[in-house]
Amino acid sequence: MAADVHKKSGDVLNGSLFPDDGQHAERSESPTPGLAQGTEPGAGQEGAMFVHAQSYEDLTSTDNPDATLQMPGDGEDVQADQTMIEEISKDFSELSTQLTGIALDLEEEIRQSKEDKLELSPQASRRDSVLSGKEEEDVAMDAWRMHQKHVFVLSEAGKPVYSRYGSEEALSSTMGVMMALVSFVEAQENAIRSIHADGYKVVFVRRSPLVLVAVAQTRQSEQEIAQELLYIYYQILSLLTWTQLNRIFQQKQNYDLRRLLAGSERITDNLLDLMARDPSFLMGAARCLPMASGVREIVSTCLQQAKAKSLVFAILLSNNQLVSLVRKKDQFLHPIDLHLLFNLISSSSSFREGEAWTPICLPKFNSSSFFSAHISYLEQDTDLCLLLISTDREDFFTVSDCKRRFQERLKKRGVYHALLEALHTPFYSVSKVGIPYLRHFIYKSKSSGLFTSPEIEAPYITEEEKERLLGLYQYLHSRAHNSSRPLTNIYYTGSHENLLAWVTNAFELYMCFSPLGTKAAAVNAAHKLMRWIRKEEDWLFILTPQTY
Amino acid sequence: MAQRTGWTEQASSCRDASCPKGSSHIFKVVLLGSSSVGKTSLAYRYVKKDFQDSLPTVGCSFFNQCVTLDAATIKLEIWDTAGQEKYHSVCHLYYRGANAALLVYDITKKESLEKAKVWLSELEKEFLQDEIIIILVGNKLDLSEEREVTVQEAKEFAKTKCILHMETSAKSDVQVTELFMTLACELLKRKEEQLQATHWKKSRINLQETTSHRAKCCQI
Repeated sequence: MAADVHKKSGDVLNGSLFPDDGQHAERSESPTPGLAQGTEPGAGQEGAMFVHAQSYEDLTSTDNPDATLQMPGDGEDVQADQTMIEEISKDFSELSTQLTGIALDLEEEIRQSKEDKLELSPQASRRDSVLSGKEEEDVAMDAWRMHQKHVFVLSEAGKPVYSRYGSEEALSSTMGVMMALVSFVEAQENAIRSIHADGYKVVFVRRSPLVLVAVAQTRQSEQEIAQELLYIYYQILSLLTWTQLNRIFQQKQNYDLRRLLAGSERITDNLLDLMARDPSFLMGAARCLPMASGVREIVSTCLQQAKAKSLVFAILLSNNQLVSLVRKKDQFLHPIDLHLLFNLISSSSSFREGEAWTPICLPKFNSSSFFSAHISYLEQDTDLCLLLISTDREDFFTVSDCKRRFQERLKKRGVYHALLEALHTPFYSVSKVGIPYLRHFIYKSKSSGLFTSPEIEAPYITEEEKERLLGLYQYLHSRAHNSSRPLTNIYYTGSHENLLAWVTNAFELYMCFSPLGTKAAAVNAAHKLMRWIRKEEDWLFILTPQTY
Repeated sequence: MAQRTGWTEQASSCRDASCPKGSSHIFKVVLLGSSSVGKTSLAYRYVKKDFQDSLPTVGCSFFNQCVTLDAATIKLEIWDTAGQEKYHSVCHLYYRGANAALLVYDITKKESLEKAKVWLSELEKEFLQDEIIIILVGNKLDLSEEREVTVQEAKEFAKTKCILHMETSAKSDVQVTELFMTLACELLKRKEEQLQATHWKKSRINLQETTSHRAKCCQI
């Protein structure tokens, strides 16, 4: 599945540059659920809403088609790989000390040149720090080096495209080194995937014409970091399309892509922040807003009835939680695409005013063309956001009218108030489940692509504590999904909490207990929790998704 | 007056309860200009009577605003476009069929005026001169100490191109309502002129009709 973007390159080269209403164009394959799937709690009764991501591996699969295409020798000799990597990591630590020196020198130079630029170059104004809401950090400072996770995006010519912290200009030499590492290994018909040194993981993802690099101190596995990098790659595609991105670099190899991405850095920044605290990305699933099933059904029906010919997806959401989703028959949304949409909406307050109409590419659905998205909040002071995805960019007024009709229907059927009510309690307390020692859990139904999770409560109050909890889930997740040795049951005893992970074909369950509980109690609790979720599923999940 | 359908194409598809029924004038106004010159802020100031630091617009935002002028109700459909380069390829979609364009530049950034000139030449390619009303708008008057573009320079340029020029501040609410009112007046004036013209033509046709009793196929 991860390869589908690249498969399309063939089509593109064949000249089908813009199948504008591309819903019939190539798309990730539709679901073929396994035997046990579809019967677990939370499984939709009338089919899924999403492209079925069979498992986490589907989303992550480490295959890099570009690399394998260009480097037939890749991965043939693991032994040699290993020594190679060791060698490189030695080189790299040397390099990094050198780099610090370079960066110091450069800094002075750059400051100077920046001052000059302010007057002359339009580039200086291009990245207005006030508007992007991001003060550029000094890359020579210790604080810069202390960040948990750096993310860099560069072109194959070694030109900086994006850096999470610090200005890209100041990092151009660092990015040059990264590109050198990539090319050095490629020259020997191999591909660099990661460097592990000194508590750091340096992970490389190559998606021609871009190279994405993360330098992380987190506990995430290499696979998970690579997955996050892929999200960044898809984020860039969602703004430009794969076709445009490639055309640009075919025409001009040393193109400065920041020109085109200017103003959207905050979307990428927001995506990285979101991935650090929202388990949706880890789970590869969407979180539903808990809501009485009767109300949800009426809301979905209203949404379904306010249709237009060009509409493919209609999504009602509130703070990154799914309220309702209506899709065109036979068209499935991929969780990655949905996450990108959620991220786009949460990264900009500007959607609260007026109605936005913007081209957007859903890279997992069709990476070669744009949809037109109509984005608006139902009312200015609520968090209810309606997203209508149309194939026709001329259809603004028709789609805008769909919104009006949807709102009218909601009020006519008297559910608007109940809907707002549900927004007040976006999370339930874990105490509702009635299991002592249970602090928190995440349950994902694989066939529906939805997950549920209670509010994170004490002792995970501070942001750091919350991120630490997510870090623990990440760790369990990476152990459960380790490609060489996957696990189905994990019981993890830590000093602050005990965790249990249970991963099957149909569902994934991660539970967090106080450190006083026992393993036997945890196993019992897992069964009890499953029964509770089954009992509450019509409130926790969207069981009857609607189609046009 | 209300029967003239060709002029307001979107009239039927856009029903807005906030505008009184029977208002016959709907005008499409598009805001163009390079990024962070204050297009969204201008629209926001005008429509919501407020100012807030806004993030770069994604794609395009759409606002409705009604104005009452000399007993006529005018509905302005304001299309606030994104100034970023990646959206330029789609911008023509937003300005197509526009009745007016506000070319916004930042008086503290010379290159933003240059960009506005580029937009103007784009518009000239798309429209005939009497098809669209264009106002060159110098925004951020509150930062006049850092001014890089003089009033005279912009005024002269506007004069050579036969377009209007105004300076505003969305932040401190200077001339924003005036800008849109001027625009509304111009639009109304232009429309009335056109109506006059068609009336005149029509009356001539009517005359012919009465004399020759011929079919109505020759209406314009």
